[in-house]
Amino acid sequence: MEDVKLRNFHQAHWNEPIIFELSVPGRRGLIPPAPDEEIKKEAGDAKNLVPKGMFREQPPALPELDQKRVLAHYIHLAQETLGANLCNDISQGTCTMKYNPRINEELAAHPGIASLHPWQDVDTVQGILQMYYEFEEILKEISGMDKFSLHPQGGAHAVYTAASIMRAYHRDRGELDKRREIISAAFTHPCDHAAPATAGFRLIILPPSENGYPSIEAVKAAVSERTAGMFITNPEDTGIYNTEIDQFVKIVHDAGGLCFYDQANANVLLGIARAREAGFDMCHFNIHKTFGTPHGCSGPGLGALGVRDYLAKYLPFPTVEYDGEKYYLDFDRPESVGKIRQFQGPAGVLVRAYAWIRAIGQEYLKEVSEISTINHNYLQKKLQELIPEIDVPYAPGRRRLEEARYCWQKLFEATGISTTDIMRRVGDFGLQHYWTSHHPWVVPEPMTLEPCESYGKEDLDEYAAVLKHIRDEAYSDPEVVKNAPHKCASHKLADESALDDPKRWATTWRAYVKKRGRT
Amino acid sequence: MEEKEKRRAHPYIPNSVPEIKEELLKEIGIESAEDIFGQIPEHLRLKRPLNIPKAITSEYELKKHVTDLLSKNKNCEEYLNFLGGGCWQHYVPAVCKTIMERDEFLSAYVGEAFADHGKFQAQFEYASCIGELVDMDMVNTPTYDWAMACATTVRMASRMTGRGKALVAESISPERLSCIKNYAWSATPDIEMVKYDPKTGLLDIDDLKSKLSDDVCVLYMENPNFFGVIESRGQEIADLLHSKGALLSVGVDPLSLGVLEPPAHYGADFACGDVQPMGIPMSYGGGLGGFIATPDEPKFVAEYPSLLFGIAETVEDGEYGFGEVLYERTSYASRDKAKDFLGTMAQLHGIVAGVYMALMGPQGMKELGEGLLQRASYAAKKLSSVKGVKAPLFDSYHFKEFTVNFDGTKKTVAEINKALLDHKIFGGKDLSKDFPKMGQSALFCVTELHSKEDIDMLADALASVVGM
Repeated sequence: MEDVKLRNFHQAHWNEPIIFELSVPGRRGLIPPAPDEEIKKEAGDAKNLVPKGMFREQPPALPELDQKRVLAHYIHLAQETLGANLCNDISQGTCTMKYNPRINEELAAHPGIASLHPWQDVDTVQGILQMYYEFEEILKEISGMDKFSLHPQGGAHAVYTAASIMRAYHRDRGELDKRREIISAAFTHPCDHAAPATAGFRLIILPPSENGYPSIEAVKAAVSERTAGMFITNPEDTGIYNTEIDQFVKIVHDAGGLCFYDQANANVLLGIARAREAGFDMCHFNIHKTFGTPHGCSGPGLGALGVRDYLAKYLPFPTVEYDGEKYYLDFDRPESVGKIRQFQGPAGVLVRAYAWIRAIGQEYLKEVSEISTINHNYLQKKLQELIPEIDVPYAPGRRRLEEARYCWQKLFEATGISTTDIMRRVGDFGLQHYWTSHHPWVVPEPMTLEPCESYGKEDLDEYAAVLKHIRDEAYSDPEVVKNAPHKCASHKLADESALDDPKRWATTWRAYVKKRGRT
Repeated sequence: MEEKEKRRAHPYIPNSVPEIKEELLKEIGIESAEDIFGQIPEHLRLKRPLNIPKAITSEYELKKHVTDLLSKNKNCEEYLNFLGGGCWQHYVPAVCKTIMERDEFLSAYVGEAFADHGKFQAQFEYASCIGELVDMDMVNTPTYDWAMACATTVRMASRMTGRGKALVAESISPERLSCIKNYAWSATPDIEMVKYDPKTGLLDIDDLKSKLSDDVCVLYMENPNFFGVIESRGQEIADLLHSKGALLSVGVDPLSLGVLEPPAHYGADFACGDVQPMGIPMSYGGGLGGFIATPDEPKFVAEYPSLLFGIAETVEDGEYGFGEVLYERTSYASRDKAKDFLGTMAQLHGIVAGVYMALMGPQGMKELGEGLLQRASYAAKKLSSVKGVKAPLFDSYHFKEFTVNFDGTKKTVAEINKALLDHKIFGGKDLSKDFPKMGQSALFCVTELHSKEDIDMLADALASVVGM
C-alpha cells in the first residue's frame, strides 16, 4: 500500500471538431454496390419508382468525408472515452464493471450469430436456440426460478417486463382495477419505481430504517387490498444484506401481491443465496453486469427475467423450448404479455454471456462472489484507515457485501470540497469518474464504489491512494479539486444551465448552428 | 486447503491467486469469505454447489466449443436471404466494425462527459446525422428498438394532448403493434386500428376519417409500411390529424431517406425507426436500436423519456463539452415521477450508425436508396414471371420490400419456404397468420447485397418449387 505511485496521467485530448465541421463537398467515405446494368435498365430511373411528390430531390445534408478522416475522427473519439477494459473502473458502483473478454467479441462476430436473421426457419438456427436454452437452464439453477425470458435489452427493460407480468396476473384475477400499488424502498434502483409507474402502477416508497432498509413494520403498514406487489433490491446499493427479506416477501404475498427481486447487485450472491429461497415470484439479472458482457456506452445489454412456474405463461413470446430432439420457438402463448421488443432479444449479448459463464463454470462462479466481497471489504478497510472523514452510514458494524455507499459529508464540512468535486478530480488520475448515488441523495455527499472480481489488489490500493491524495488536496489545495478535471479529454462546462435552456440547448449540430447563429 | 493448492488463478479474476486471496483476508481480519456471508440467515443460503457446467478454462477450447455451436446454424452468408421486416441484411462497412469493436466504446458505461467526452460527442454526432436524415432538430439517444421508439411516441403524444386514444395503421409490423399495446397501455388503453386499402396497401383515408375523433392523441403509421409500400398521402393524413388536435408519428426505414421525403416534409410531428440497417450486423435480431426525432420545441422535449445529449461550451476557449439536456425529466433523476423509464438501451449501436452515416454522406445514401428501389422493382417483376406467383401483391410503389402472393400455386408459404431451404434460400416472411386476408403471402426483402444473379436464382428456385 505504501508503495503506490500515482500516475502522471493525461487522457487523449484531440479537441476534435464536430464531424460536420470536417465536411468537404464531394468527398466520399463509402461507395455502395450499384445494381447490375440489366436491373437498372429493366427498372428504369429510380425517380419513377416513387409516388409523385415523394422523391427527395435534396439528399440529407450529412457530412462528406473521405474514409481515413472518418476512421481517424472516431478513433480520436474512442481515445477520449474511458472504457472499463482500459482503466481502473472500480468507480461505477452498482454497475459491476467487469472485464469484457476479447474472445467473446470474436465469438459474437462469428457469422453463425452476426449473420443470422431472426425469422430463419428453426431448423437453421439450432445452435443459437440451444445456447438460449442452455443459458436459461444455468440462470434457473443460479436463481431457483422456473423459466426465463432473454428478450429484455437491459435491466430496466426486465423490470418493466416484470411490471407487465404483474399487471397481467392481477388482470386475470379480476383485481387490476383495485390493485395498483407497488411497494419499494428508497435505496432501490430508480427503474424499480419508474418502470411499474410506466406500466400504470402507483408507488409507495419506504424510507430506510437505521439498518439501511425499511422496517418490517413499515412494510406491514404499506400493504393493503390495493397492493399489486413489491419491487426491491437486496443488497441495495448500500451493500447491506436485508436479512428480513423473506419476511417482506411473505407480508406482500399474504396481502395478495407478487414480489420482484431486482438482482442488479447479484454479483456477490452467485452460489451463495437465491431468489427462490427468499420466496420471490420473479427476479432478473443484468447480464451486462453479472455475466461480463460489455456495457456498450449503455447498451445493448440483456436483462434476463426469471419467473416461477405459475407466471411462466405471461412471459413475452416466443419462448425457446426443447422437445427432446429439437429446439423450437413457441409463439402459441395466448396469455403472454405480448412483445416488449422485436424478435428474440439481444442475441449477440447472449452469445457473449454464454461464453463467459462457460469460461467461469461451476468451479469459479462462487469464487466470483467471494472475491467480490473480499475486494470490497479490503477496499472499505483501506479507505477508512486512510481517510478519517469517510463515513459508511447505516447498520454500524455490519459488513457490506459487494459495495458500500460512502459519505464525504465530514470532508465537505471541513473543506467545502463536495463529492462531485472529488468525482471530477479522480479523472485526472486515469480513473473513471465515480458513481455518487441515484437521486435523491439519501446519504449526503455520497460515493459508491464496486471493486468486483475483475480488479486486483494493486487496483484497490491505487484507488485508495488516489482518494487519499485528493482528500489531502482538499485541505492543501482545494482550488485544484474544485476546478478539476485538468487532465481529461475535456473540461467543466462553462455554464451548465445551457442544457436546461430551450434557447441554448442543442442535441443536434443543426440546432446548435441555428441557436448560436453560426454558419 | 487441499483444494486451494490445486486451484489455478482464473484469467478473469486477478485476486484468485490463493496467496493474494489469503493476504486480503488477513488484511480484513477474517478467515474466509464465509465470515462475511455468515450474516445471511441460514434458511436463505444455498447449501449445495450449483449444478452448472464445469469451466472451460483454456481460451482455445472455449472458442472451439462456442464456434461449434454457432456453426450448427445456417447463416445468411451461406444461404441467400430474402427476409427483412425490421431486421435487414445490409452491408456492414469495415470502419463500422472497427469502431464497434474498440474497447473504449465497447466497455464504457455511464461516465460523465469530461472522462467519456468521445462517447458523448459520438452520440451527439449520431443524433445530428439522424436529424439530417429526418430533417428535424431534436433527436434522442437510442432506445431498445423501433418498437420501443414508436410506442414511446404514442405515450409522448398522449401526454402532450392529454388524450387516451391512439390510432395505429394496420399496415405496421405486428411485432411493433404488440409492443405498442403493451407499452402504451397505461397512457392509451384505447387503441384502434386504421385499415389499409386491400388493392394498394396504402392507408385507408376514409377509415381514418371515420375513426378520428376529439379524443385521439396520435396516428402511428409507417412509411414505407410493413409491406414495403410507399405512402404518398402523408400531408393529407397529417392535415386531417392536426385538424382534430391530434399528432402524426411516422416510422421510417432510415435507408429510404436518401430518396424518399422524410416525414417532417409531409407534416409529421414524430419520426422514428431503427438504426440496425446502418452498419450493424443482424445478430439474430440483436442488432437493433430505436430513434425518435421531433421539432426542437419545449412541449416535445419535455416529454422524451430518453437521455438527450446536448452540446455546450466548456471553460476552455473553443472547446466543445457535452451534458444531459433537461435531466430532471428522466427516471434517473425523478424515479416514478419521471417521463416513463430509462435504462441501458442501445447506445453502442447509435455510435456505429453515426459512423455509417458519416461514411455514406448524402451521395451514398442517395445511390443506395436508388439501387434498392431498382432492385425491388426488378425482383418483383422477375418473381411475377413465375406461374401462379403475384408480386407485388399491392398495386403500389415499393422501397426494398414487397409482398408476394402464392395463392395461384396452390401451395402454402410454409411449404414453399421449406422447399427453398433445399436451394439454400431463406424465402420471405410468411404473412398468412398475421394477415389472413392476404391469403398465402410473404414479405420479401432485397438489399444492395443482392445481385441480378441472386434474384434470378430465387425466381428459378421458386419456379422449380411451385412446380408449375
